[in-house]
Amino acid sequence: MIFLQFFPNNDGYLQNNSKPFTMSNKPDTLFDKVWDAHVVRKIEDGPDVFFIDRHFIHEVTSPVAFLGLQTRGVQVMFPDQTFATADHNTPTINQHLPVQDPLSANQLKALEENSHKYGISHWGLGNPKNGIVHVVGPENGITQPGMTIVCGDSHTSTHGAFGAIAFGIGTSEVEMVLASQCIMQPKPLKMRINVNGPLGKAVTPKDVTLYIISKLTTAGATGYFVEYAGDVFEKMSMEGRMTVCNMSIEMGARGGMIAPDETTYNYINGRLFAPKGEAWAKALAYWKTLKTDDGATFDKEYTFDAADIEPMITYGTNPGMGMGISRSIPMAEDLKGGAATYDKSLKYMDFHEKDQMIGKKVDFVFIGSCTNGRIEDFRAFASIIKGRQKAEHVTAWVVPGSHIVEQQIKDEGILDILTNAGFLLRQPGCSACLAMNDDKVPAGKYAVSTSNRNFEGRQGPGSRTLLASPLVAAAAAVTGFVTDPRDLM
Amino acid sequence: MAYDKFTVLKSTAVPLPIENVDTDQIIPARFLKATTRNGFGDNLFRDWRYNGDDTPKQDFILNNPIYSGKILVGGTNFGSGSSREHAAWAIYDYGFRCVVSSFFADIFRGNCINVGILPVQVSAAFLEKMFTSIEANPNAEFTVGLQAQTITNTTTGEAEPFDINGYKKNNLLNGFDDIDYLQAMDTEIKAFASARPI
Ligand code: SF4
Repeated sequence: MIFLQFFPNNDGYLQNNSKPFTMSNKPDTLFDKVWDAHVVRKIEDGPDVFFIDRHFIHEVTSPVAFLGLQTRGVQVMFPDQTFATADHNTPTINQHLPVQDPLSANQLKALEENSHKYGISHWGLGNPKNGIVHVVGPENGITQPGMTIVCGDSHTSTHGAFGAIAFGIGTSEVEMVLASQCIMQPKPLKMRINVNGPLGKAVTPKDVTLYIISKLTTAGATGYFVEYAGDVFEKMSMEGRMTVCNMSIEMGARGGMIAPDETTYNYINGRLFAPKGEAWAKALAYWKTLKTDDGATFDKEYTFDAADIEPMITYGTNPGMGMGISRSIPMAEDLKGGAATYDKSLKYMDFHEKDQMIGKKVDFVFIGSCTNGRIEDFRAFASIIKGRQKAEHVTAWVVPGSHIVEQQIKDEGILDILTNAGFLLRQPGCSACLAMNDDKVPAGKYAVSTSNRNFEGRQGPGSRTLLASPLVAAAAAVTGFVTDPRDLM
Repeated sequence: MAYDKFTVLKSTAVPLPIENVDTDQIIPARFLKATTRNGFGDNLFRDWRYNGDDTPKQDFILNNPIYSGKILVGGTNFGSGSSREHAAWAIYDYGFRCVVSSFFADIFRGNCINVGILPVQVSAAFLEKMFTSIEANPNAEFTVGLQAQTITNTTTGEAEPFDINGYKKNNLLNGFDDIDYLQAMDTEIKAFASARPI
């Protein structure tokens, strides 16, 4: 079994996890427990030398790192701990054919060749395990509690849903991990965000995260690592937790994490790379220690009431510019921060202060990405489109996060619902999330998107993105306008 | 890859008084398809700099010949969004060696140092004065001293200290990078790894 090679020393769980508890009685946060267990060396007036358990690579941010290795004549230190998948610029139709764009094809080839050369598992196009890096890691059981996980992609924060410390890194750091399984990181500050209470009708994990970001702004958590706590997250599925942790970076945080619990263990159990047998029992014993102790302190703490959250939508050009779907666009003077930047943003979107979002015409709908490309998202999408038809003027891209999700869509009968409603199911990849392939929104057009960024041109030059949940996306797809999903439920 | 040493930089500056400049603006995703790190400067701020037909947008600052220099001065929360190091490569490749703002996004700041660009975080008031000074005189010159950790408006004499941790400072001053350091720790890292459960 492959997983054995990842657990060369099963006793290590006990050795390691006994550390924080026997050495100090001071209450610790979940974040401290995981971080401190990975510090190889502390550099005075400098960063920590930080050990990485799992490293994901993809075609866009890894080639230059391998080039660096080659120039230095260095080997990959632990090739078993790095996993490669192709996702960012892959086509979402006809994946069995050669990739048309020569530059994309070149990057995909580089990923394959480099993985092969250095002995790294490579899940390229057509591989049944292929898909978006932050979807395939968890669904294959590679992502586990207490781990440190990095990838040259900022949404690596997704894996924090399992109680791991996971964050995005730059290409120089990809090279560092390949060469030494370590990076240099100053320890971030700690923030806890609590959300409690029952969620309202049609309020999904995506709405929870868009709400939090709208309150904190895009830079509100810069310098911090976030722990999400409260019964809203405790009751959330793993898919939902991943959506929330995924978006942590959109408020500037390095990452976000949620303490592992039964939901987490049940999700991991039995997956390809999950520990099995005795190793499972040991892992579980360790995972159960991974929570914030009573009395542990944070550098900053926020608490929100779930009752204040409604289905959300963004109206501007950063993810912090979001609001409840039934509201109207705020006035510049009501916001802190620069009016000039606010005006520039609204001008780009061709929206105005006090505009209602409901009723705005929508040209494109994208459901997918590492934020909302999991089975639960397609179930939600299907719940609204079932028995309805796609609006004629809407172009819809329905893109599963992985082949495994694609299979689930078929197995659960969602494909039939999609087809009957006039939607085409595409093949997995990042797709319109960053428009490196052909799935681009034309200039001036509006897209309701379940992805994570509404930056100028993110979905194609001149494109205008409205971020929202799969339910809001579905409502827009069948009506052709921004529509409150509660009206269709 | 090790880079040029950074000691003292004396230069005019290019002002970009826009907040929340994200890395998708610095280098749009469709230009990330190279497998080497050179040549990204041509597409720096591509969609702000060029029209759809590749003609330059006259009102964008990089197309205004009266502004030039090795220092880029941006609004607050500079470099948010995607972790793409290509954003730092593009800035470097274009010819900038220092970026000044009143606030930087985390990953971008680290990426800058890793490619040999010095990110200088100043107070909002100092930043405002820099913009005013450059607006009044595009030839206003600034001196960034890494050893002294000070940025000075050479024309007006106004100065402000900035922070950088000792380790990174030493790297930049000497043109070292982290991999040089990590490679020297090889045995220590392997010992640590073998004690890890995973
Ligand atoms: S889906 Fe989007 S955010 Fe996620 S990894 Fe792909 S490009 Fe990045």
